[in-house]
Amino acid sequence: MADSKELRQRAEAARDKVAAIGADLDMSQYEHKALTHQAMAEDELCTLPAEDQQNLLLSGVDVSGKDRGGTFIMKDASPLHCSSKQDGVEVLPLKKALEVHPWLWDYYWKLVDVDADKYTAAAELELHDGYMIRALPGAKAIHPIQACLYMDQDNIQQNVHNIIIAEEGAELHIISGCATGPHLKKGLHVGVSEFFVKKNAKLSFTMIHNWSEGVAVRPRSVATVDEGGLYLSNYVCMRPVNSLQMYPTCHLNGPNAVGRFYSILVGSPTSDIDAGGRVILNHPGCRAEVVSRAITNGGKIMARGHLVGKAPGIKAHLECRGLILGGGAMLAAPFLDGFVDGVEMSHEAAVGKIAQEEINYLMARGLSEDEATATIVRGFLSVDIPGLPPQLQAEIDKAINATDEHAM
Amino acid sequence: MLLIEDLQVELSGKLLLRHIDLEIKPGETHVLFGPNGSGKTSLLMTILGMPGYVVKNGRIVFKGEDITYMPIHERAQLGIGMAFQRPPTIHGLKTRQMVGICAHGREVDVQEMAEEVNFSHFLDREVNAGLSGGEIKRSELLQLMAQNPDLMLFDEPESGVDMENMHVVGETIAHLLQKDKAVFHANGDSIADSRRKRSKMGLIITHTGYILDYLEADSGHVLYNGILSCPSNPREILRCVAQNGYQECVNCMVPLSAHLLEELPTANAD
Repeated sequence: MADSKELRQRAEAARDKVAAIGADLDMSQYEHKALTHQAMAEDELCTLPAEDQQNLLLSGVDVSGKDRGGTFIMKDASPLHCSSKQDGVEVLPLKKALEVHPWLWDYYWKLVDVDADKYTAAAELELHDGYMIRALPGAKAIHPIQACLYMDQDNIQQNVHNIIIAEEGAELHIISGCATGPHLKKGLHVGVSEFFVKKNAKLSFTMIHNWSEGVAVRPRSVATVDEGGLYLSNYVCMRPVNSLQMYPTCHLNGPNAVGRFYSILVGSPTSDIDAGGRVILNHPGCRAEVVSRAITNGGKIMARGHLVGKAPGIKAHLECRGLILGGGAMLAAPFLDGFVDGVEMSHEAAVGKIAQEEINYLMARGLSEDEATATIVRGFLSVDIPGLPPQLQAEIDKAINATDEHAM
Repeated sequence: MLLIEDLQVELSGKLLLRHIDLEIKPGETHVLFGPNGSGKTSLLMTILGMPGYVVKNGRIVFKGEDITYMPIHERAQLGIGMAFQRPPTIHGLKTRQMVGICAHGREVDVQEMAEEVNFSHFLDREVNAGLSGGEIKRSELLQLMAQNPDLMLFDEPESGVDMENMHVVGETIAHLLQKDKAVFHANGDSIADSRRKRSKMGLIITHTGYILDYLEADSGHVLYNGILSCPSNPREILRCVAQNGYQECVNCMVPLSAHLLEELPTANAD
């Protein structure tokens, strides 16, 4: 069990610790006193300003709760709403969950190091809240749970910690939308997430993020997957962002465990994105896939991928594809580390442009040059994600289709 | 009507088409023969408006409009369509969506169309991804069916098609060009009536002439070293080429265009 005093001490010591990668942010520039918001019942959520609702919807979060198995919404520092409509799935604000479930302390900061850098330290020292979502053993969630972290107060630093647990044999799908209010010019989102996928459980986590030009984002995520489990993480960021750095890691800690990361990124001129995925395959029969599709139209994107093979009979593939459309920089950094005989790992990286031949072909079917380009870009970004419920695939497709103008 | 007058075309500074005169009237289908490298595909690409094919002289008129320098998509919207021989793969775009794009807003039953060309299994595959030569032909035909242009250009529609599918390909092209047998009995029209009602125009590149088993072409032409000549019965041309090779066409071109042949290098077709 985590010793809260010790965690605090370690966090204190890392208060100014510069992160291993990503621009070093001066955290004193952000507002650390967050406004509090009154909790709302589900029917009250519909009274949120239309603009807010629209922003949430773009991130796949529907305040009506339609076709969702549960909802968690946090605005600035306050949980606004939290509910579960599905038997066997528990959704709670993290602080409350730590009170009512003492066992949860065994999970708290178990995967992410509290003193990894100043962002993890801040999440311990100035934790606002976050959520715990847990699917009980054998529970199969029919509808995805939606979790939303909304930043509305200008210049806020939002510190979040989430714990997600799929118990043995459970199936859980989460759509996590992050968005910012229409008036927010600047801000920092710090988000620690720890994922526990037990034996033969299945967890998909789909993030559709709509940040804004002045927002910096520092997610810190680690997942552990037991025997026969599946962890699927999808990250979609099509809107402008200031500085985004994340390198989520997944440890496959049992035979035949599977981990997959898919990222779809668009780098606008103001954006500095450094995102990727790392999978450590520790047991025979483990499988992993890290796929990224990135487009820059003036921003800087670093697409990282790292596969670590530590057991024979593992198989993993890494794919980074990038397009540069009208300026910007696109860097791909795929790493493969094999430590034993019998690992099978491969990577494929490409940075390029749209082939004129493809544009001509579509124009010969009647599309203008701009329409043809948009069609090819949409195609480039659309990835079929095996194991993702069609409903969530549709949310991703919707995000891709809705943000054409940002991609070009 | 498609009218091409004294067309000269360059690609990467090299003169590919030296002298092309061609007229295709509504309801007519013409067949284009010629050895590899003679400029057949270049002629189709020029009619289509592909960038890179630079018109140095002459003009192309379609439906009364001078389209010589018109961009590709405007030509497509005016009613020109092509079945490509080697189209590119478009990642992330499903054939089903592509067929919708071709229809340009018209309601089409994609599933039903695909079944007609034995292609329904491929609708959810990315456009041209991993398709065999014969499958590409059927994909192209499906797109043309949805696009329904008035002038259709076919670049070797038979190549790579297996025996079983040759029938599908042949019949589909004949149907698209309103040359299929069924037309004769449609709506109780007389043969003469239905012939008069034909409006589609076709230009087909073929090496084998197999396509002629499925439709009657109105005229054949031989393209040799960038010169179009020998307008006559396509079957006759085919027989002549089969017996004597394309060299014979050169001999026969002499009286037609002696002034052009003076600058013609000796037959160098591969």
